[in-house]
Amino acid sequence: MKPRPATGRRLLNQLVNIVATLAAGSGIIILLWIAFILAYKGLPALNLDFFLHLPAPPMIPGGGLANAILGTLLLTLLATVLAVPVGLLAGVCLGEFGHQSRLADLCRFAANVLTGMPSIIVGIFVYGLLVLTMGKFSGLAGAVALAIIMLPVVARTTEDMLRMVPDPLRESALALGAPRWRVTVSIVFRAARAGILTGILLGVARVSGETAPLLFTALNSPYMISSLLEPMPNLTVTIFNYAMSPYEDWQRLAWGASLLITAGVLILNILARGIFGERRS
Amino acid sequence: MLQVKDLALPSAKRTRIRPYADTIFTWLTVAAALVVPSIIVAIFWELLTLSWPALQKFGWRFFITEVWNPVTQEFGAASSIYGTVMSTIIAMVLAVPMSIVIALFLVELAPPTVSKVVGNLIELLAAIPSIIYGMWGLFILAPFMARYVQPFLGKYFGFLPLFSGPPMGIGMLTAGIILAFMILPFITAICRDVFALVPAVLKESGYGVGATTWEVTYKITIPYGSVGILGGIFLGLGRALGETMAVTFVIGNTHKISLSLFAPGNSIASSLANEFAEATEPIYLSSLIALGLVLFVFTFLVQVISQGMLRRLYKGWSLKI
Repeated sequence: MKPRPATGRRLLNQLVNIVATLAAGSGIIILLWIAFILAYKGLPALNLDFFLHLPAPPMIPGGGLANAILGTLLLTLLATVLAVPVGLLAGVCLGEFGHQSRLADLCRFAANVLTGMPSIIVGIFVYGLLVLTMGKFSGLAGAVALAIIMLPVVARTTEDMLRMVPDPLRESALALGAPRWRVTVSIVFRAARAGILTGILLGVARVSGETAPLLFTALNSPYMISSLLEPMPNLTVTIFNYAMSPYEDWQRLAWGASLLITAGVLILNILARGIFGERRS
Repeated sequence: MLQVKDLALPSAKRTRIRPYADTIFTWLTVAAALVVPSIIVAIFWELLTLSWPALQKFGWRFFITEVWNPVTQEFGAASSIYGTVMSTIIAMVLAVPMSIVIALFLVELAPPTVSKVVGNLIELLAAIPSIIYGMWGLFILAPFMARYVQPFLGKYFGFLPLFSGPPMGIGMLTAGIILAFMILPFITAICRDVFALVPAVLKESGYGVGATTWEVTYKITIPYGSVGILGGIFLGLGRALGETMAVTFVIGNTHKISLSLFAPGNSIASSLANEFAEATEPIYLSSLIALGLVLFVFTFLVQVISQGMLRRLYKGWSLKI
């Protein structure tokens, strides 16, 4: 049999190699492009007023987003407090007690589905659950919505990390007479500490940049935070409102807020990878 | 000499008198785990009850009517569904081939250090919040599209109805392109795992008979990992369908079906984000939530399919970070 001439095949191969490299390059270009624009447009907005003052009406200089920064921190903290305990316990159930059971399979499947659920749907759900029943938008509703988004992330990473803990550790502890809960809390959690922290950080990173679930729950407010049961100012919805406004100084603030939130999320992500990478090596 | 009692946990004596502690702990974890499926059932129930008035008033015609008129209180989902599907199709057409070749680059072509750095950078694309893509899309990409890309497409492909009309920047095409870059990292990550999972023996036999890298990828790696790649594609599909903020910024928000990709449109998620706050009439709100119900059903089905495919790839497949 005569072999096919190699020239055409080699050319095709070269072509695919070039296309592949270009494709990878274009992904990186988009990333750098966004990072550059954020720095270019956002840095000038980040002055002391930005961090210390309340929003000013358009055209009046000196406005800041102190309330929104505080609000985003508070919402994220509250969501973390709500989601992490439940997520950890759910992760223990999946990873420690029910490896193969049908119940665990169902919960694992549900956690994956909830991870992929559009966040705006979660927003509508909490709107119906809390905003309609309580009669007004509130920071509490926003935090619950964020917690629902965070929960499956924490549960699934906890499960994965617990599974990496070698069984002999558990067996030795059990052989010494420790009860299961004690083994889980003092031995397995301690061994998987870095991994679990990674999961929590990733969860925090995931929700701190979320906008859609806050639109109908926490809403936004130009005033200082007074109560969890009132609309809560936050950075992401502020970006949405200000970016769509025709006023230049509001758009400038939106860019500043964008830079702040992106930097925060990226740092959390890199931190999480760092901790996990250290553990793996 | 070391004795066993020295090794025992100091609390052994204390815990012995609490025989129920373990049972309570176990049930606590089971209860926590059951929270997750309960939330999904509750979401479905909530969406169904809240959208019931609209579904009852408009019936099945709700899904095929293009009219969306808050003044006359007439609502139909057709334009939102069309926009969601169309922007997702554009995103998939761009993102799937790109993800596959990027995975090829990462696994087969790049040296390990480059592969690691580039892989991490691509994954960081997934970490950028959706609203930032929106800001970038509205203020940077849309003018860029209007000035360079759309006139070019209009000039050379303007005979196709898809690329006709004035270049406005915002519209279906720009939304699709942004979506493509947002789902790229998800599909790439899974393709990379799939490519790395193919047994070396298979690839080496290919190289042994003189196949090029592309031929090995095309004829051995991709068929071997097709189920996993499909799972990754469906995962990206689910993301694209429900993506909200980025699309809301650039799609134009008009309840109208246009054949041209340059024209503004809307998607389910963008309609919700834009109009929810101003929906004061009960039937308006109910219609919006009915759109949400459609989106829920779409993404749920896509997720079920993708889970089924990926389950075989990863045993108890883990979350992508």
